[in-house]
Amino acid sequence: MALLEVRDLAIAFGGLKAVDGVSFSVEKGEVFAIIGPNGAGKSTIFNLISRFYDPSAGSIRFEGREITGLAAHEIAPLGIARTFQNIELFDHSTVLQNLLMGRHAHRRTSWIEDLLFLPRVRREERLHRRRVEEVIEFLELEAHRNKLIAGLPYGVRKVVEIGRALATGPKLLLLDEPASGLSVEETQDVAFWIEDMQKDMGLTILMVEHDMNLVARVSNRVLAVANGRPLAMGTPAEVQGHPAVIEAYLGTAAVSKVSA
Amino acid sequence: MRFIFKTSYDRDIDLFEDGWHRARIAALLAVLVALPFLLGEYYLAEATNLLIWSLAGMGLMLLVGHSGQVSLGHAAFLAIGAYTDAALMHCGLPWPVAFAAAGLVSGLFGALVAIPAIRMSGIYLAIATLALFVLVEEAVILAEPITGGIGGIMAPPIQLFGISFERYGALANFYWLCLGVVAAVTLAYANLLRSPTGRAFMAVRDSEVSARALGINVARTKTLAFGLSCAATGLAGSLMGHFLGFFNYEAFSIFISINLLLVVTIGGLGFIQGAFLGAILIAAVPQVLSILRDVSGIDTSGYPGLETVVFAAILIGFIIYEPMGLYGRWLKIRTFFDLFPLCRRDMFRRQKSYLKTERMR
Amino acid sequence: MELVQLLLGGIANGCIYGLIALGFVLIYKASEGVNFAQGDMMMLGAFVTLGFVNADRMDLPFLPGVALACLVMGCVGYGIDRFLVRGVFGQPQFAMVILTIALGFALRFVAGTIWGYSPLVLETPLAGVNLELAAGLAVSAADAATIVTTVVLTVLLWAFFARTRLGLAIQAASQNQLAAYYMGIPVKFVNSLVWALSGIVATVAGVLYAAKGAIDPNIGLLGIKAFAAAVIGGFGSLPGALAGGVIVGLIEATAQRYGPSGISQMAPYALMLLVLVFWPGGLFAQIRAKKV
Repeated sequence: MALLEVRDLAIAFGGLKAVDGVSFSVEKGEVFAIIGPNGAGKSTIFNLISRFYDPSAGSIRFEGREITGLAAHEIAPLGIARTFQNIELFDHSTVLQNLLMGRHAHRRTSWIEDLLFLPRVRREERLHRRRVEEVIEFLELEAHRNKLIAGLPYGVRKVVEIGRALATGPKLLLLDEPASGLSVEETQDVAFWIEDMQKDMGLTILMVEHDMNLVARVSNRVLAVANGRPLAMGTPAEVQGHPAVIEAYLGTAAVSKVSA
Repeated sequence: MRFIFKTSYDRDIDLFEDGWHRARIAALLAVLVALPFLLGEYYLAEATNLLIWSLAGMGLMLLVGHSGQVSLGHAAFLAIGAYTDAALMHCGLPWPVAFAAAGLVSGLFGALVAIPAIRMSGIYLAIATLALFVLVEEAVILAEPITGGIGGIMAPPIQLFGISFERYGALANFYWLCLGVVAAVTLAYANLLRSPTGRAFMAVRDSEVSARALGINVARTKTLAFGLSCAATGLAGSLMGHFLGFFNYEAFSIFISINLLLVVTIGGLGFIQGAFLGAILIAAVPQVLSILRDVSGIDTSGYPGLETVVFAAILIGFIIYEPMGLYGRWLKIRTFFDLFPLCRRDMFRRQKSYLKTERMR
Repeated sequence: MELVQLLLGGIANGCIYGLIALGFVLIYKASEGVNFAQGDMMMLGAFVTLGFVNADRMDLPFLPGVALACLVMGCVGYGIDRFLVRGVFGQPQFAMVILTIALGFALRFVAGTIWGYSPLVLETPLAGVNLELAAGLAVSAADAATIVTTVVLTVLLWAFFARTRLGLAIQAASQNQLAAYYMGIPVKFVNSLVWALSGIVATVAGVLYAAKGAIDPNIGLLGIKAFAAAVIGGFGSLPGALAGGVIVGLIEATAQRYGPSGISQMAPYALMLLVLVFWPGGLFAQIRAKKV
């Protein structure tokens, strides 16, 4: 059974069909990338999986369980974490606090216990902190641990967001353009991390990305979409060479040139 | 600059970062406890008032500073606390029960109000709470059997184990009572901020979208924040009722709401300390004005709104030049001396950005 | 007949609320914040007019006096944006809420210091004149003038925003300031201009309000009731603001006449809370949602 199964997914905003009949499934342990031109509906697919939008048709199954009926905050406890295209961190908190906020799905104390700070709360806090320190070590964020997000450079914030998603202890990680706006070196780091997360942590990763080098390097399978419709699916090389994909990116004229 | 080497996670979890910090807080507490022996009747009453305002300020701070929701109607919860306390004591219940009930009723009412309020954001919430305030004020006037209507109501004197805590008869006792309540609430507040609940509040404040993606139930979190905030404010209202002795609806006017907002904004949004600093400022301005009047000999009786306009000017100054409030300014000064002489002028420069609207049309 | 009379009075009062609400909408369009001092600007506008036209003050003829007051208040509005509101540019909406509340206090103090806190009457040519519409149905000239002026002003403003270059520029700036800036619209100047405009609208509202009774520095609290109007109409819509104002005026008038005591005070706010809960964008809503 696939970890994530998306079937015939569709949503329309007003008259615009942002996603229209998209189906794919992500196997446990693979890196699956969704590519496509701007406005193709890639981020919308993410927002549908995280339940920010309600699909007008289709189903999303995670570990065999239908999740389209759940509320957005019920997704993280299942083991799905995500990052955002335009970084959505908690700007007035430190890196450490941001990562600790990622542990929310694992909290077991009630607000009354928190108010009194009972010993159990302290025990839980130590545990959360240990998990968070593992993430900090993995992503090499030690130097930034106690800095406010508002003062960090863009590249670091991008990493912190990945860290926050990792801190939730996910089975499936959704990365929305993890390399956008990053330098070549930073993109290299992201590639290493994705490989490590897949191999060492056993995570399944679904990502939206424009950088074809990164996609080709880390992903096992690729789905290309345009205008909300699926174009092609397969290995990175297969999809990159697919005429429909080239047409979507470069226009019809380019296709005739390539085939000529 | 001192460096603290942390050897266990507990160092970060603890309330105080080291023994020195702990000693300073203990010293402050000791001074506060000894205050009745140091001050005269007039200034002790002022100090009591200040404690009550700090408590109300902490209530609003939790809502505005830590969960990012505005309320222009918090005086309504002061009123609910005060009237609940007084009404129950008139029924013959002892003070601790009435006091707890005041907090509980205010908190529950706040949580109830939050259910529709959490669907709104920003200015809509501000306006809705303002409307709520007007409704509560009218309801207080109409509910004459309980509240005494326009005439007002007396808060019965507090008696515990035969000891009087009456504001006029035994001010020192009443002061210690208020101090105890404020210390307990402050501790609970600090606990909240270092625990998952407090982090969830701040997460909702900074990015609702992210909060939901991390599994935080935004509606529930906001309701809880509203409830806790209103409960603390209700407790303050109950004490305020006893401090005033006799009060009617005018004691909890819209200006009290605004003053509370002033306390948290000037004090520094997002810092517990801010509630205290703001309350001190609120209490100090009238004193300073009257001292200035005596010293300079200028007759200000022709300007009845002078006090308010001074508040307004201070508020405008802070909003424009120091949005982080008194506590934020203090942090900057401390950093300056910590780093001296390495501090750069533009270290704290804020980035001004163009507004990007969230409206879609 | 009695009911018609009652409703006419309600509509006239509602027009005042509507005019203040128009000011809210204007500022909301420009700065995407709410001007909590709008009621106090109305109050100040009324007093400035009084200063120009009353016999014991400067004793100018009525209409030129009003025009002059509009000019003064336009400058006041411009100045408020230029020197205060621009300072909180880019800060959260909350900052502007606090700023304008404080500003309201300051304006009240200014008016109180200059004109005193006891009620004063603005001398208008409308005072005491009644128009007989039908047998047994009379409307005061002040009410009639209020209704006519409000409708004309709303239409003018609507035309300004929909038809003129400047109006369109303001609309553009309100939707995305950065994009508008890139397109060559002087966003800051445009915003100040809108504040000037809202100062003028406030003055007109103040004069019409003063034509019906005495004024004192605390009449600005009327602004709270105008919030109900703006919320019911939706903050983004000019005609909506006027409609909201009229609805509030009508409800108030009927509740006062037919409802139990105390209800007329509460009714507008109760309705407003209902609208906020069930139609958060107002009855004349625009779509509001944050893009992820």
